[in-house]
Amino acid sequence: MNRRTLLALAAGAALLASGCTGTSGTSKGADAKAPDDPADVRGTITVLTHRTDLVQDGTMKKYAAEFGRTYPGVTVKFDGITDYEGEVKIRMNTENYGDVLMIPAVIEKKDYPRFFASLGSQEERSKKYRFTDYTTVEGKVYGQSPLGALPGFIYNKKVWREAGVTDWPTTPAEFLAGLKAIKSKTDAIPYYTNFKDGWPLSQWTGVRGSVSCDEQATTRWAEGNPWAEGGELRVADTLLYDIVHEGLVEKDPTTTNWEASKPRLAKGEIATMWLGSWAVIQMQGAAKQAGTDPGDIGFMPFPAQKDGTFCAVTSPDYNQAVNVHSEHKEAARAWIDWFTDKSGYAEDNLALSPLKDAPLPGILKPYEEAGVKLLDLDDAEGARLKTIENQSEVGINKPDYRKELVDMARGARKGDPDDYLDGLGEKWTETQKSLGN
Amino acid sequence: MAGTTETAAVKAAAEAAATPAPRQARLWRGATPWLFLLAPLTLLIVFTYAPIANMVAYSFTDWDGVSPELRYTGTENYAELFTRSELFEVFWVSGYYLVASVVQIVAALYFATILSFNVRFRNFFKGVLFFPYLINGVAIGFVFLYFFQDGGTLDSVLSLFGVETDRAWLGTPESANTSLAAVSVWRYLGLNFVLFLGAIQSIPGELYEAAELDGANRWQQFRHIIAPGIKPVLSLTVILSISGSLSVFEIPYIMTGGATGTETFVIQTVKLAFQFNKTGLASAAAVVLLLIVLAVTWVQRRLAPDDKVDLV
Repeated sequence: MNRRTLLALAAGAALLASGCTGTSGTSKGADAKAPDDPADVRGTITVLTHRTDLVQDGTMKKYAAEFGRTYPGVTVKFDGITDYEGEVKIRMNTENYGDVLMIPAVIEKKDYPRFFASLGSQEERSKKYRFTDYTTVEGKVYGQSPLGALPGFIYNKKVWREAGVTDWPTTPAEFLAGLKAIKSKTDAIPYYTNFKDGWPLSQWTGVRGSVSCDEQATTRWAEGNPWAEGGELRVADTLLYDIVHEGLVEKDPTTTNWEASKPRLAKGEIATMWLGSWAVIQMQGAAKQAGTDPGDIGFMPFPAQKDGTFCAVTSPDYNQAVNVHSEHKEAARAWIDWFTDKSGYAEDNLALSPLKDAPLPGILKPYEEAGVKLLDLDDAEGARLKTIENQSEVGINKPDYRKELVDMARGARKGDPDDYLDGLGEKWTETQKSLGN
Repeated sequence: MAGTTETAAVKAAAEAAATPAPRQARLWRGATPWLFLLAPLTLLIVFTYAPIANMVAYSFTDWDGVSPELRYTGTENYAELFTRSELFEVFWVSGYYLVASVVQIVAALYFATILSFNVRFRNFFKGVLFFPYLINGVAIGFVFLYFFQDGGTLDSVLSLFGVETDRAWLGTPESANTSLAAVSVWRYLGLNFVLFLGAIQSIPGELYEAAELDGANRWQQFRHIIAPGIKPVLSLTVILSISGSLSVFEIPYIMTGGATGTETFVIQTVKLAFQFNKTGLASAAAVVLLLIVLAVTWVQRRLAPDDKVDLV
């Protein structure tokens, strides 16, 4: 054996050793019980959060100080992560991913018990909290969102008034007519796509349930074709196509800028954007900075009605969960309970409270007056929906296919929108079939 | 440490050929280069070869990138890759970058030749040309996003010259890819330029003098002295350009995210892995890209073998 083969063998052995991928056993099925006596809980916990802004400006510290009054033995540290999804996903390959964390979207529901400690049974928690469905595996709840949001259009009331539209449009056609009126009567951009940043386009998937007004919408998407004639995504994507096709959007979508779009909406240079109720506070902030009236920021539901009423779907933010490997599960649980129930985090963000009996936030007052029906979707098939989405590579929660649709609508890509949406539906149903086998 | 053993060994060797060096000294002498190599080899194996081995291993599984469970699926991922021709269509986009790299090499060669002669401000120009290569690719992406924006830098500069284009530079696939390829030329021109300049400057100065005495002009000097003198560097640059064109990533990913027909093979792979959680399939795609690049390089070496350069 000469020296070269010896070297190759040594290198090969080193590679093989590293090539073994970790499939280590995991502790499965731990519970994070709420402590009986707040004074007894001890420990330092680390909270991983995507809200880097709140960590930096000290808001999170204030919450922690407030928490410390009830739980004097617990110290809370925050780890604000800018690329939350990407970074936490990698950290979750180890055991060291904080004590409390937001459940990353990429984690499959069936894996929740391997990663997180249970907060209790769904039966009991759903009496008090919204969104328990979204993290329930075999009857046990693994996370809790501290706030909720409704998808909808953020609009500048002044611009819409100038265009002569004062009532919320009730059909996509009426909505288009409204945007056209804005184009002809004002200087504002009727609709801003935020094409470059992409994620605002994926927000359109939030129409799930709003068009059909059906609590079982998720199940129907998972079992049927959302792009079928009259299907919810068919309606929404067609509206988006028409908006772009009629030239009711910004001049150059490829170089849009999300941060810059906020003050522009506040100032009335942009009339409308499809986002969600969570964006209202940011727009109001931008209005204050720009010196315009925050009261001009309006919020309206998707232009579709069922039996004369609008429907809006409540959707959770990131769900907070306890790391199953945490050494201070009681303290971690205490933080989640306190943050959800008592911190005032939802009110501070003008958001929907996760508590079922809490009143609606002020920004949703017009919804109450207009009699908009709030829906809590049944998420039993949520995991399956996600599997189909990824397996088919359609990506309903990713911007890519809508970017192609927008390109098509403005003539930068050849194709017919109906064929395109039919094609998506076909991919979708084929994947369903292949997964069913 | 190594120095003293070295001298000891040398002394021992010098004493007599008949008496072999003590066993320990011989061992030391044998081990010394390996001890020096220990650090770089460890780094190389841990940070380059081990991840590649891991990637190859993942490419035979259905791992989703985070789940503790993964199944061995054999060559299923590769079979899927090669039966989905649309996954390879993105290589057409590389054509833009390939054309751009030709422009880039010609321009770099031109500047390197000019600046190798005695030109005023040559060090300044060298700096100007090399500077973009030092900037981080992500930063370049953001800068050029403003550059191509509607009413952005490019539009304002053009309007200074009285040209009103009013076009969306990233608006159509052709325009977007050309713009992005131009950014990549801007970025990598400096690297090629420095490689060429170094090679040109290593050509002995007497050759130029002799050529000048014989009455050769600048073009003839380039044609018969510089061009053959830098041939190895030139062929290296071509290899780097081709493999670079096949695996473009940063600039289009930051600037367009692969929208409007600017998706490259690497962007597609990243999306498979991190959007659709098909880490297994994406690993297979990465392995295939590696093999394609190796194959292209091999073909190229076959077509243009690396001859020994002999100017004198």
